[in-house]
Amino acid sequence: MTHDHDHDHHHHDHDHDHGTVLSDVELRVRALESILVEKGYVDPAALDVLIETYETKVGPHNGAHVVAKAWSDPAYRDWLLKDATAAIESLGYIGRQGEHMVAVENTPTTHNMVVCTLCSCYPWPVLGLPPVWYKSAPYRSRAVMDPRGVLQDFGVTLPADKKIKVWDSTAEVRYLVLPERPKGTEGWSEEKLATLVTRDSMIGTGLARLPS
Amino acid sequence: MNGGADMGGMMGFGPVRHEGEHEPKFHAEWEKRVLALTLAVGATGQWNIDMSRSARESLPPPQYYAKTYYEIWLAGIEKLMIERGMLSADEIEAGRVLAPPKQLPRILKAENVPAVLAKGGPTERASDKPARFKAGDRVRAKNMHPTGHTRLPRYVRGHVGTVELLHGVHVFPDSNAKGQGEQPQWLYTVRFEGRELWGPDTDPTLSVSVDAWDSYLDPV
Repeated sequence: MTHDHDHDHHHHDHDHDHGTVLSDVELRVRALESILVEKGYVDPAALDVLIETYETKVGPHNGAHVVAKAWSDPAYRDWLLKDATAAIESLGYIGRQGEHMVAVENTPTTHNMVVCTLCSCYPWPVLGLPPVWYKSAPYRSRAVMDPRGVLQDFGVTLPADKKIKVWDSTAEVRYLVLPERPKGTEGWSEEKLATLVTRDSMIGTGLARLPS
Repeated sequence: MNGGADMGGMMGFGPVRHEGEHEPKFHAEWEKRVLALTLAVGATGQWNIDMSRSARESLPPPQYYAKTYYEIWLAGIEKLMIERGMLSADEIEAGRVLAPPKQLPRILKAENVPAVLAKGGPTERASDKPARFKAGDRVRAKNMHPTGHTRLPRYVRGHVGTVELLHGVHVFPDSNAKGQGEQPQWLYTVRFEGRELWGPDTDPTLSVSVDAWDSYLDPV
């Protein structure tokens, strides 16, 4: 989904500083924010805290921690697969868009992939905000019909006989893929293992990195 | 509704364009503001999450497809706030306040943000209602076309699948989106074989699971 902005009101001959040029949508959002602040509906300081939270605190490093722990600790892995909400909460990752979690495990015979065809449901506490492609029409339309084609867009080819399970998150349940642990990582610490866990490997559009 | 948002199985959108693992979290400053405004005005309690989703997905399909995701969110909150008398379309167009505010019972203050985000909006409800289905049961997704909000995607309607997981009793979005109450129901994950959904030429290794509320399903 792209958007062409009409920039004709920006062509002032005295202004060549493109850093100050605002698009229509930027102007609309700025005006809306000032109206909402003036009406007292939003606290400007709350907006800053919200942005800071999702820019700096919440992100796929949380999910990587969960995965690395499941790879290192069989009891934690079992708990995660049985009651992901509690197992993830035990590491401090809770809240909005992750109230009800399910973890699905990739194995040598099964690959899991998560999509939200209806909108953009995504496990925020463990993965942060969804990337643009996850919310885009090409992914949402095709993941449920041609997941192997989608995986090719990500440069991933799976064995032809591997089962592919696509999870369309249509409710408030959020899915986290537990990727396969790469070979050659025996004896690695949890911290070191976490460096191999990519965001895409926890959505199922990628695999964990191989040890270099 | 059979709107633009219900995209599963549509064709012609082209390849997935991804930007790698380190895609920026936002692609413009205004996207951050829209995210924060959406969460902040949502926290005033003037609508629920299902009304919010309904507002976005009821955009006419040409608009839905032409907008970026945060533009869809922006259109959603504008619509909800206008409907609830929090501001007028004239004020949005004028870009300034033209009328006194509506009195709201609560506003999200900065100091409460961490607690509000941590609490989230759990949808599971305590219930002693027994589940109608168990794991392994064969079920058919209803052939239904509600004009309001629903979570049953078009591509599974009329098809037979197998109950895979039981998630407990959850708020029913179809009624909650219309202001008709939570009317909680059992929620299941139902797995459909790819060939059942897309025909005999489909990759035999594919299955697709959706989360479906009890009233979406009939026993087979």
